[in-house]
Amino acid sequence: MQIDETTPNAARSAASGDDRTLGALLAARGVSRRAFLKYSSYLASLLALPASMAPAMAASLAKAQRQSVIWLSFQECTGCTESLTRSLSPTLDDLIFDFISLDYHHTLQAASGHAAEEARMQAMEAHKGKYIVAVDGSVPVKDGGIYSTIAGMSNLDILEETTKDAFAVVAIGSCAAFGGLPLADPNPTGAVPVTELVTDKPVINIPGCPPIPEAMAAVLAHVLTFGILPELDSLGRPKSFYGESVHDRCYRRPFYDRGEFAESFDDEGAKKGWCLYKLGCKGPATSNACATVKWNGGTSFPIEAGHPCLGCSEPGFWDMGGFYRALSVPTGDVARIAAVAAGAGVVAGAAAGALHRATKSAARGKHHTVTVEELEEK
Amino acid sequence: MTAVDFLAFTRGPLFDVALIIFIAGLAIRFVEILVLGRRRDFSEPRRGGFGSGLRTMFSRTLPETGTMKRAPTTVVAGWVFHIGFLVTLLLFVPHIEMFQAVLGFGWPGLPTPIIDFAGILAMVAMVVVLINRLRNPVMRFLSGFGDYLPWLLTFLPLITGWLVFHRLLLPYPAMLGLHILSVELLMILFPFTKLMHTFTAFLARYYTGAAFGRKGVQS
Amino acid sequence: MSANVERAVNAFKEQIDASTAAFFSSCVHCGLCAEACLFYLETGDPKYTPIHKLEPLRRVWWSSYTLFGRLASLIGLAPKVTDDLLKDWKELVYDSCSMCGRCSMVCPVGNDITGMIRKEREGMIAAGHAPDGLKGASSRAIKIGSPMGVTLKAVKAQIGHLEADTGMTIPVNVEGAEYLVLMSSMEIMNYPEYLEAIARIFEAAGASWTIASDAFEATNSGIQIGASDIARELVMRIVAAAERLKVKTVISPECGHAYTALRWEGPNLIGRPFPFKARHILEVLDEFRADGRLQTEGFEEDRLTFHDPCQIVRRGGVIDEPRRLIDMVAKDFVEMDDNGRYNWCCGAGGGVSAIEEAHDLKLTAFLKKKKQLDAVKPEKLMTACANCRIQLEEGMEETGMDIPVIGLTETLAEHLKTPETAKG
Repeated sequence: MQIDETTPNAARSAASGDDRTLGALLAARGVSRRAFLKYSSYLASLLALPASMAPAMAASLAKAQRQSVIWLSFQECTGCTESLTRSLSPTLDDLIFDFISLDYHHTLQAASGHAAEEARMQAMEAHKGKYIVAVDGSVPVKDGGIYSTIAGMSNLDILEETTKDAFAVVAIGSCAAFGGLPLADPNPTGAVPVTELVTDKPVINIPGCPPIPEAMAAVLAHVLTFGILPELDSLGRPKSFYGESVHDRCYRRPFYDRGEFAESFDDEGAKKGWCLYKLGCKGPATSNACATVKWNGGTSFPIEAGHPCLGCSEPGFWDMGGFYRALSVPTGDVARIAAVAAGAGVVAGAAAGALHRATKSAARGKHHTVTVEELEEK
Repeated sequence: MTAVDFLAFTRGPLFDVALIIFIAGLAIRFVEILVLGRRRDFSEPRRGGFGSGLRTMFSRTLPETGTMKRAPTTVVAGWVFHIGFLVTLLLFVPHIEMFQAVLGFGWPGLPTPIIDFAGILAMVAMVVVLINRLRNPVMRFLSGFGDYLPWLLTFLPLITGWLVFHRLLLPYPAMLGLHILSVELLMILFPFTKLMHTFTAFLARYYTGAAFGRKGVQS
Repeated sequence: MSANVERAVNAFKEQIDASTAAFFSSCVHCGLCAEACLFYLETGDPKYTPIHKLEPLRRVWWSSYTLFGRLASLIGLAPKVTDDLLKDWKELVYDSCSMCGRCSMVCPVGNDITGMIRKEREGMIAAGHAPDGLKGASSRAIKIGSPMGVTLKAVKAQIGHLEADTGMTIPVNVEGAEYLVLMSSMEIMNYPEYLEAIARIFEAAGASWTIASDAFEATNSGIQIGASDIARELVMRIVAAAERLKVKTVISPECGHAYTALRWEGPNLIGRPFPFKARHILEVLDEFRADGRLQTEGFEEDRLTFHDPCQIVRRGGVIDEPRRLIDMVAKDFVEMDDNGRYNWCCGAGGGVSAIEEAHDLKLTAFLKKKKQLDAVKPEKLMTACANCRIQLEEGMEETGMDIPVIGLTETLAEHLKTPETAKG
């Protein structure tokens, strides 16, 4: 991996003019053709492409030049980078770093200070119009964006400068895609998602806290293979990964349908692996591939570990009324509100009733006695 | 406003507002009915009215056979709708969770395929009810805005709820938000419309059952 | 607002109570009350839908007795009761409602629609919007003592004939008698057999009874026209006589609304419980039967059915008594398909028989009963209400049917075991 090397990618790449194909690079790294084909099949399946596409994909990928990627980290926690790099199956998911030339990345690059910023400028220059900007973290815009700066520049300015000549922007993680934690109420920094700032370039959202590493790899493979962006949903997410809900693909779904629920984290239901809806599971409202692709090399996913889905790949998941409150439950203090409303209603009803009674006794007081003399007149 | 903001709004402040109007409205209407009172009845009762009143509260749920023969559509569609609607409303676990939050207690639910079926039944019955209302000379003659509005207010939560459950038309959060919004609309207008019959019908049945019962007639 | 409308609205306000409010709050316009109303079923005209007949009362309820209605009327959004509205509703409230109470029996939300019609009539008459026939009847009832203008002289004449024919003595103004017997005008004028039957049965039963010269009339036009002020005066005559003669029980005759007037409305009209029992003649006869004081012999051989008078049965609660009594004297008794508390009205109750303008309508309404009769094909039709009897006879004559209508009490008297045979 590049991090093992002393020279930063971009600097090396730009300096050495490394234009070897991906195939050549992989061969040099000792990755067999067979292993590469297998990985291509895996990515193709993740992207919901037919199996017949895998060899073509492998061939395309092998011929492709490494994609220049500039990774901008703003208001983030590095969890997304951790997710990508600390995969349990490095030989496979690490390949992502072979697909790309990661020309700028705070956490991973060796260079620092002015040298690092220099690398970014060089990459932008060398791959003008072709490079991809990956962003993790949200962008603070309040008070001129002063709440997060790098090398004296606000995130806002860096983003604008870097995306100007980019081919596409990939917002990695829920902070970049939807604002995430920084945007959560009360959003002191005025954080906004990337899509709100970049409007003249295609933006792919790969939300999640963190996102599934395979999603990132597959999307890049798609871009490298076909030269176009994958199909996106209304929230800018690749449909192949975010097309279905966690709930619909959850192995605990039959318990939901049968009406078998864990009522607490340590009851019989929880031990039997029943549905976690009542414990606040956001699976029904969450579009993600956790239940199928799973985490840690396909080991499991949160629900399998006995914890409700937090809905981390959905916009505003921090402010959905509490992680442990069922989706159908109102977020306010409704029991108290109902009691107070009932009390107030009874008082108002009694007041109205008093008015009605007054009307009625007035009517009684004004009673007109019907007499036969009167009947004969009319 | 994003779909999620919308959902958060409908689950949060808007629900609170709807709940206040619903509960306070119900209380006002109930109390103002009861406060009107009834005159003491000096006639010698043939038997106690209380038990008869209680019985009639439930017995009127079943139609007299002649009524069933003369107006089968009204009776059957009305029945199917009420059963389907109540099953969907009261026995769907996510709904029970909502009731639990408001009332402080819950109850067991039913499997979702049954709820799904009940919801579809209720909707089909509602369409039949509407067509019946438009075609039956008496119902068409009687009906106005005050009759069609409650129909719509009741149908919207059913259809949106069904769409949420099956994840159709809109992404889940948006559809769920719409569903909750439709319910809030129902709650807000409930005390001002004929939807009130949900509760007052039992009061009405009691009064009539007790009055008939005093005379020795089981109604 | 004209004085008339003001009076009507005021009366509506006096009448509306918690039950009225619950009823109006509950109606969802399902239309099932129409399916229980013979005026709708036989004409097919939706305007005869029972709940629709209550629109004036409903308006006053909404604008005066609901908070939201009050607010709406403050800004002029509440529909008002007008003189024209009341005029238009006169036919719906009087001509096309026999107060039979069948709608109240089937309403799925439990509305006592008939009970509300009764209340609504209070406002209609306060505004003067009542049929002339009923006004005349009320006036005669108050001034002459009977809605049909029957005087004490006529009653005495009937008693004279009866005593001459049978040799029995008809007790009049006997203090301390156990029973005070009332009659309806119809019985005095058209069905003298009733009084004879009473005399014979009571003699056989060994029961002491009397007629009151100042309270022989049981009918109460005030109930029919909906004027409690008039109804109260008429009931008070009976109460005064009963109290003066110190009777234990006052017997309402074979007349529907007279029973309702005395038994159920009476104490409320005078605002206190009666110091005596109010019973229908069939209840008393059934007591005699149970005590073995009423014994019969022989049976009617004809196929016989019973028309339930609404006010006695559905709205009176005298349901099983007539059937037990019929069983004493009938071998071939058949019930009509809807009977007892689900019977169908003859079409002329609730004052309809006294409304000239309703003549054609009440005969149309009779067709419901005709269908019921055609289904069982009885050879004799028995009932226990003189008003039903007149309507049934007229209706059958109009439609070319020929079934004799008989009263239950007189039929029992015909089969009475004579005291001699009873002893033996």
